[in-house]
Amino acid sequence: MKPITEIDGAPASASPVVGIDQTAGNFSYKVDYAFDAGTGLSEDTVRYISSVKKEAPWILEFRLKALKTFWDKPMPTHWATKDLENIDFQKIRYYLSQGQKPKRTWDEVPDDIKKTFERLGIPEQERKFLAGVEAQFDSEAAYSNIKDIVAKQGVIFVNSTEGLREHPEIFKKFFGKVIPTGDNKFSALNSAVFSGGSFIYVPPGVKVAQPLQAYFRINAENFGQFERTLIIADEGAEVVYMEGCTAPKFSTSTLHSAVVELVALKGAKIQYITVQNWANNVFNLVTKRGVAHEDAEIKWIDCNIGSRLTMKYPGVVLKGERARGEVLSIALANDGQHQDTGAKMVHAANNTTSNIIAKSISVGQGRSTYRGVVHIPKHLKGCKNNTECDALLINTNSRTDTYPAISVRGDRNATQHEASVSKVSEDMIFYMQSRGLTEAQAMSLAVNGFINDLARQFPMEYSVELKRLIDLEMEGSVG
Amino acid sequence: MSLLEIKNLHISIGDKAIVKGFNLTIKPGEVHAIMGPNGTGKSTLAKAIAGHPSYTITGGDVILDGKSILAMQPDERARSGLFLAFQYPSEIPGVSIANFLRAAVQARMAEGEELDASGYYKKLYSKMDLLKIDRKFTSRAVNDGFSGGEKKRCEILQMAMLEPHFALMDETDSGLDIDALRIVADGVNTLRSGPLGILLITHYQRLLDYIVPDFVHVMYDGRIVKSGNKSLALELEAKGYDWVKQEFAAANA
Repeated sequence: MKPITEIDGAPASASPVVGIDQTAGNFSYKVDYAFDAGTGLSEDTVRYISSVKKEAPWILEFRLKALKTFWDKPMPTHWATKDLENIDFQKIRYYLSQGQKPKRTWDEVPDDIKKTFERLGIPEQERKFLAGVEAQFDSEAAYSNIKDIVAKQGVIFVNSTEGLREHPEIFKKFFGKVIPTGDNKFSALNSAVFSGGSFIYVPPGVKVAQPLQAYFRINAENFGQFERTLIIADEGAEVVYMEGCTAPKFSTSTLHSAVVELVALKGAKIQYITVQNWANNVFNLVTKRGVAHEDAEIKWIDCNIGSRLTMKYPGVVLKGERARGEVLSIALANDGQHQDTGAKMVHAANNTTSNIIAKSISVGQGRSTYRGVVHIPKHLKGCKNNTECDALLINTNSRTDTYPAISVRGDRNATQHEASVSKVSEDMIFYMQSRGLTEAQAMSLAVNGFINDLARQFPMEYSVELKRLIDLEMEGSVG
Repeated sequence: MSLLEIKNLHISIGDKAIVKGFNLTIKPGEVHAIMGPNGTGKSTLAKAIAGHPSYTITGGDVILDGKSILAMQPDERARSGLFLAFQYPSEIPGVSIANFLRAAVQARMAEGEELDASGYYKKLYSKMDLLKIDRKFTSRAVNDGFSGGEKKRCEILQMAMLEPHFALMDETDSGLDIDALRIVADGVNTLRSGPLGILLITHYQRLLDYIVPDFVHVMYDGRIVKSGNKSLALELEAKGYDWVKQEFAAANA
């Protein structure tokens, strides 16, 4: 067995759920990677990734085409932050793994990787309340398992590599259809070098009782993680998927650029929950979108805490009549962080409804931006949208911007938009302190109060964890 | 024995001196009323003792149970047994009174010690019964959309739950109609039966009809210029503050 050296060990706290608190995530182990695409991006990088995965020729072709699209597309700095220019694509490592086949039991997972996930509490959570878990370590899933009872219902839950190999007939039908390669520069990059991520198929009428969870872990420095997730809920099926993310704090920047596609067929329901707590050197540039068919429902619950820059606007295309789309989003930007988040709702059928509730918190020099798009074309009728964005500012330097773009055409549709900005004042903090709460406790209580009505809609384990996370962030923000 | 000693206290806001040599010692169970015209430094005194960051202590000392509290953060002062009932309590949207008080109680416990939830609620409900406050009250967000009377009741409930040694009550009667005033006064009277020492700041004598103080002090130009018992308050009511002002001017002439 190869020796394991601990590089940067913060004490592990016993995190009850997903292990996403910052101190718990801030450690890394030296791992010897059997597969390494080297540093920098070229056609060879793409060919290397495709060959270690032993992919079908059409996938390599798809990747190479995407790479070209990526090079051709400019950085979207005409509307987004110039900080994007600080990403040096030639200094990033695009593929690192110990192997392509995930283990089915924790005993088989190599010790150096298993140690990481045990420290994050993943095996324990799996036993407690999950129907299945996938644990991705850098480029590939190290562990992937689904409870027998769920597998017997015909539910498929594997990583994208296995999904492409073993279920090409379903995968190919939906892959890249919700988010085309050229959607944006980063979806193109993901399409060129994607590795890992989940592939889920829920057969007609099957309601998965417990959530499926994926855990994405970046361990290596200068690394780029590009998972690709595709979830298909067949007619009348229901599934809840949760993802958690962490990475250690390195002095150099790390890139996380995922593409997530959801397909809810007639009457299906998909709920997708993210609680991300990236270290503040991570560029988190993610494209997430779902298509909801007739009577289907897609709900994104998106909690963004940490990272250097997050750009993420989960969307729903309401393709069938009476489809429903919802985005509940919480973003917390602390010093040195920029949360550029929002939602997209594209109404494409009659009587479709969408709901967006976004709450952002800016602390110190932290910056929050809300961008929303709601599109209801003129020929439709009976469509409804509700958008609420609330911003909370803590300390005077905080900055918040709101860019809602709501285009509702015709007179047979309705939309409602509310926005508010509030501040945590010195007097409010003093009031709480005069009751015995420390400044940090006072701030986190104010923040928890601000998001309370939204957090109540989250699954219990997640709202508890979210509160813990906010407490930790506020502790760090008091000088 | 618990003791709050305010010694030759000087307080400024920016460059402006507001409190200029204030002296007072409060013993357990005593109620001291501080009266005086607007702008003489009554509220400044209360907020500065509680540690508000906008006020600078330029001289003197505040000693709680033998220890100076001036170097302490506001929350440390609170945990040491001091309580400020605000004239204008802040609103905390989304945080219920029950959760707020729970956090405050938890903050008083040793690190690693866990709050016993059922014990906490038992105590909370018994205090609410004592103060005749409806159970539904604590599920509302702290002061959010409260009437003047509700805000003051919320202060009294917090005071009852946190069991301070000394309470500074800043213009508790402001903004209250006579019914609300009676309810708040009943609450204070219920709590004063124990060892609690109270500094009651008020502009009007009428509060003292309901909360009868042991001592009455008249504050003018940043210090106490006259002390007495309940009858002093009645004298002030009859003669007005001009009488004090004139006496003060004569003494300084």
